[in-house]
Amino acid sequence: MYAPRLEEHFDELPKQRHAARLGVWIFLASELLLFAGLFALYFGYRLHYPEVFIEGVVHNGRGLGTLNTCLLLLGSVAAAAGVGELRRDRDGRARILFALGTLLALAFLGVKGTEYARHFHEGIAPGGSGAFFAAHREPGWPVFFTLYFAMTGLHAIHVVIGMLLLGAVAVWIGRRRPGRAGAHRAELAALYWHFVDAVWVFLWPMFYLLGGGR
Amino acid sequence: MSSYLGPPTTIRSWLFSTDHKRIGVMFLVATTVMLALGGVLALLLRIEHLTPGPTIMQAATYNRVFTLHGVIMVWLFMIPSIPAAFGNFVLPIMLGARDVAFPRLNLASFWIYVAGSLVTLAGVVASGADTGWTFYVPYAAETFTEVMPILVGVFILGWSTILTGINFIVTTHTLRAEGMRWREVPLFVWALYGTSVIQVLATPVLAMVLLLVAFDHGLGWGFFDPARGGDVVLFQHLFWFYSHPAVYIMILPAMGVVSEVVCTFARKVPLSYVAIAASTFGIAFVGFLTWGHHMFVAGMSIVDAGIFGALSMFVAIFSAIKVFTWVGTLYRGSISFRTPLAYVFVFLFLFVFGGMTGVAVASTSLDVHWHDTYFVVAHFHFIMVGGTLTAWLAALHYWWPKITGRRYAEKWGLVTCTLTFLGFFTTFFPQFLLGNGGMPRRYYLYDETYQALHVLSTAGSWALGSAFAITLVYLAWSLVYGERAEGNPWGSRSYEWLTSSPPPPHNFDGTPVFRHSPYDYHLPPGS
Repeated sequence: MYAPRLEEHFDELPKQRHAARLGVWIFLASELLLFAGLFALYFGYRLHYPEVFIEGVVHNGRGLGTLNTCLLLLGSVAAAAGVGELRRDRDGRARILFALGTLLALAFLGVKGTEYARHFHEGIAPGGSGAFFAAHREPGWPVFFTLYFAMTGLHAIHVVIGMLLLGAVAVWIGRRRPGRAGAHRAELAALYWHFVDAVWVFLWPMFYLLGGGR
Repeated sequence: MSSYLGPPTTIRSWLFSTDHKRIGVMFLVATTVMLALGGVLALLLRIEHLTPGPTIMQAATYNRVFTLHGVIMVWLFMIPSIPAAFGNFVLPIMLGARDVAFPRLNLASFWIYVAGSLVTLAGVVASGADTGWTFYVPYAAETFTEVMPILVGVFILGWSTILTGINFIVTTHTLRAEGMRWREVPLFVWALYGTSVIQVLATPVLAMVLLLVAFDHGLGWGFFDPARGGDVVLFQHLFWFYSHPAVYIMILPAMGVVSEVVCTFARKVPLSYVAIAASTFGIAFVGFLTWGHHMFVAGMSIVDAGIFGALSMFVAIFSAIKVFTWVGTLYRGSISFRTPLAYVFVFLFLFVFGGMTGVAVASTSLDVHWHDTYFVVAHFHFIMVGGTLTAWLAALHYWWPKITGRRYAEKWGLVTCTLTFLGFFTTFFPQFLLGNGGMPRRYYLYDETYQALHVLSTAGSWALGSAFAITLVYLAWSLVYGERAEGNPWGSRSYEWLTSSPPPPHNFDGTPVFRHSPYDYHLPPGS
């Protein structure tokens, strides 16, 4: 039977859990500010080069970005449902749901990789190097795609971390059968995954939808 | 009685200890080494300025030395100095906790600090950088010097800061002793709380922007390169969005130290607990909205400059509330004039002086004249050295018996404090006059008319340097020969003095219950 360990500087388990949850929330606030600098740059540069940014968004197309949004949102639903199942002591279902979340994250990375490959093939690389920029000489183009690679790249790193977390939780549930005593731990991993998801929900319009109605 | 100092006393038991007290001491040692390193660089800079022409180094070396002095003092010393060393040591004890909320994360924070410092210093050894501590683009992206390890090093250091901040906030929320209400949380803890909020929310922005500069420099991304459509002013906005609040990361903990020392050595209830605690958050909040005052001459509209200037003055209001509350607390107190209080007097004088010049440079019309001159250099040294460093010295003396269980030599402390003040004032006051006279900062050569003031400033730096050296010597001496301290040598009512000095491994014997406020000097002793 799984029983969470009470650290010696805490008096009781609920307090220790509260501390862990609060710690993760504050960490996520900090993570959000990591992206905030890039968001500020995006809007700063978009004001400089509104036409180029619209063209860039249209160039990216809506399809793959929207597909990825669906994958991430479904992953979040799976993780949240997994925590709920664990709370009801249904370890088997919880494990399947967390494994599903992990696979959806992997699928996201697959789609993202395809998209990057397509960009490289078109001659679009960070820093405005590549054949594409020889044909598109307006000064905003390198900035748009450098931002695109920087922001989605940083997000992809977070997806990898989230995927590993969800996968670890799935394996852990399978091995330890923690039941409701382990729901707290699973919840922390799910929180992180929801954050990854929430950031993407903002990246999606910025790079795939705000194309001036085209 | 057993204490945190040992046994075990092996090196391994220190380096991998999760005890917040040992981690605090390790931070204290590491940051003091950095202070010495940055201080030696400062002395070299001052020697170079003894003559208007080349004195002891070449122009390229000069540029690297002032850059490294800034980088080391800001990121390796001042930001972690009070929170990571003294905060780590006393915050949990002040709250009656056995440790911080996440002890392993705390140890990780220390090792990340060490790793970041080593990477930064590797850049120094490789060739150093000549960008100034501000890393302004486009120059930082193009310089041939080794700016890369320094950018990466500061990026790594940022995570140490963030983890410490998270730990302090969560500890304050979850590990207060039974019976401690929010109105009874010691003022130093409030100061650290405000600091932690800034650390958690501002540091990641800097981390990101420095990483982008590193990509620009290393991979040629041209993110801020005007030739490819980049905007160098956007970099400045993001840089100062962190680096202005960063000065509050440096000064807020110092203010917390002052609050503790003033109450203890005046034996008085603070004139207004709420005013001190609330103004901390006033500064922390407004501090996020003032970054533009670094950029008045960077092509900012008059409206924006006016707004940033006005918001900056709010900081002065909150700071003044604190200063008046401290002075009001001292007034008619039962003053016991010891070294920590002596340093607090120095702090009050220099901080008010530096603060008033800060209000002056926040006025756009005056700033245009003083921008990038020695006036600004003198202003921020008055706040950072005159403020943070003197409070750091006050904290060092105040908590020395708590940390080491030994008494330092009081006479030496008072004499050295006087020397510190005289040395400091002689070093930096002439720089106000230099700047007002038109001497630009970061210049290698200067006109002969400035020489007298430069020589005076250099002479002051030697007095300041000797004061630090003497302090290190008598403190080291006290470790071996100093009188043993009783549990509470200052007669303070604050919680960290309720346990023995040095404290036992788990801070208190048994679980403490605090039934009085940490400042109830109006009650008879022992109640």
